Amino acid sequence: MDLRGKKITVHDMCLRDGMHPKRHQISLEQMKSIAQGLDAAGVPLIEVTHGDGLGGSSVNYGFPAHSDEEYLSAVIPLMKNARVSALLLPGIGTVDHLKMAHELGVSTIRVATHCTEADVSEQHINHARHLGMDTVGFLMMAHMNSPEGLAAQGLLMESYGANCIYITDSAGYLLPEDVRARVAVLRAALNPETEIGFHGHHNLSMGVANSIAAIEAGATRIDAACAGLGAGAGNTPMEVLVAVCDRMGIETGVSVFGIQDVAEDLVVPIMDFPIRSDRDALTMGYAGVYGSFLLFAKRAEKKYGVSAREILVEMGRRGMVGGQEDMIEDTALTLLKQRRANA
Amino acid sequence: MSKKIRCALIGPGNIGTDLLYKLMRSEVLEPVWMVGIDPTSEGLKRAEEMGLKVTADGVDGLLAHVEADDIRIAFDATSAYVHAENSRKLNALGVLMIDLTPAAIGPYCVPPVNLKDNLRAGVKNVNMVTCGGQATIPLVAAVSRVQPVKYAEIIATAASKSVGPGTRKNIDEFTRTTAGAVEHVGGAKKGKAIIVINPAEPPLIMRDTVHCLVEDTPDEAAITESIHAMIAEVQKYVPGYQLVNGPVFDGKRVSIFMEVEGLGDYLPKYAGNLDIMTAASARTAEMFAEELLKQTEV
Repeated sequence: MDLRGKKITVHDMCLRDGMHPKRHQISLEQMKSIAQGLDAAGVPLIEVTHGDGLGGSSVNYGFPAHSDEEYLSAVIPLMKNARVSALLLPGIGTVDHLKMAHELGVSTIRVATHCTEADVSEQHINHARHLGMDTVGFLMMAHMNSPEGLAAQGLLMESYGANCIYITDSAGYLLPEDVRARVAVLRAALNPETEIGFHGHHNLSMGVANSIAAIEAGATRIDAACAGLGAGAGNTPMEVLVAVCDRMGIETGVSVFGIQDVAEDLVVPIMDFPIRSDRDALTMGYAGVYGSFLLFAKRAEKKYGVSAREILVEMGRRGMVGGQEDMIEDTALTLLKQRRANA
Repeated sequence: MSKKIRCALIGPGNIGTDLLYKLMRSEVLEPVWMVGIDPTSEGLKRAEEMGLKVTADGVDGLLAHVEADDIRIAFDATSAYVHAENSRKLNALGVLMIDLTPAAIGPYCVPPVNLKDNLRAGVKNVNMVTCGGQATIPLVAAVSRVQPVKYAEIIATAASKSVGPGTRKNIDEFTRTTAGAVEHVGGAKKGKAIIVINPAEPPLIMRDTVHCLVEDTPDEAAITESIHAMIAEVQKYVPGYQLVNGPVFDGKRVSIFMEVEGLGDYLPKYAGNLDIMTAASARTAEMFAEELLKQTEV
């Protein structure tokens, strides 16, 4: 398919999804320098919050080095062209958090629900739209719903006031054909002026290929993380996506070399470990498990001696969805009990 | 047969109907009226078949009968939006309100923790917090009665099929009300509540996790004993309230992993979230009824 001249909006995730592999400990200085780097490279939209969105600070998801207010207040005034977005998961964050983010200058709010539970987003989407924000409905774990089912959920979010609907591959499970089918059915269902976005994870190394498939099927917003810094094996690597788009003639407005330098000089140096498809991240993509479970499962492995892979597979078997981080320690303890009973 | 306290139920939906089943078994409560707003509602029809008087004119349809039918307690299982009016009208006639909506006009009531305080205070309206609150606050209190809890966080996971449109439309109310009650009733200095909705098939039984951060080194033996005693208290009205794992002690963190299986009266067993609300409400009303009966004896 000839995509030359097609314009898309790329949206950087390394300061939000990247909070997962950083255990939410990115410093204010790191946030500021990376955000300025992304801005200078031409990235138009940058997400900044706790990895689990506004209000994510908790025992369950991890206490961050700084509050959402502190991160947003530090980053937003420094932006020359880029706008800043925030994620909000109803059930974790509330409309109060949304108002706070709006007052601090967040332009885009992304209201995220599991891909079958869009109706919990009504009050948040509604409120954001009334504030005049760029309002996005974010359907997570999109592999767990059919293209038609996702379209029905997307229509609900659109009816609440969302002007953009995302297919979110939280587990990094989808293959290009799956993405194409989901975006195409959603495109046919929504109003023509409603945008479609795709958020990929790189667990099966499909981030870039899936993003291109999404663009072919009609998506105009693509999430990616500079240097891939994100949960699991990371997000679609931004610098690779930008280079591929450039080769294909898809216009992102991002400098091919500029974004490489941000990745190499600013993002890679803050990584605590290489972001790659190790056996656990690969298992998540293979078994369809929520990306941010990774470090918690590794921690449980260390504490209880049950392999992270075994925990993740069991979580997938039991149909756990995003937000159920509490069930990782629970699953490890239950597996341990079963092992002792069988010994 | 000993005398029973006569009650009305407002809201013939899933919760109201499940509550009706529980009240039919009560030794001290007699459900007399079911109040709805839709004459074609299944719930009203069912209540009528079970021998209740019914009205589809809302609380206004009940008011004229309160005195004649000696209605002393009313349960409101409608929505926060209409509860204030319902409560005002019925309180004026001397009826005690048990509020199952998130309106929270009256004090929060979590039976094994503060029901007796509410009884003594002679309140006219008690609020049953939320399903997640009923499932977790007893355990926060079980830790905080042993030693100070700096922060408590609860994660309630309910099956998608058990979460109704009211909760979905206003999910913030769940997180706010529950967090507030984790502090005020559970005794934590700071509270946080998280709700997760899971669509797995077959539906998962309600799960609840409680994380407490205590101020000093946790007294593991005393906390463990207190938790087990509290679970036994809740099991008196929710037999399917089970400890799955824990308490886990990790530094100053105390974590408890629960499962709540319902009785399966009207709602399916996996909907422990709804069962614990109706069971706690029935239990609360029974305690008030026993007080009222004592007063009439003297």
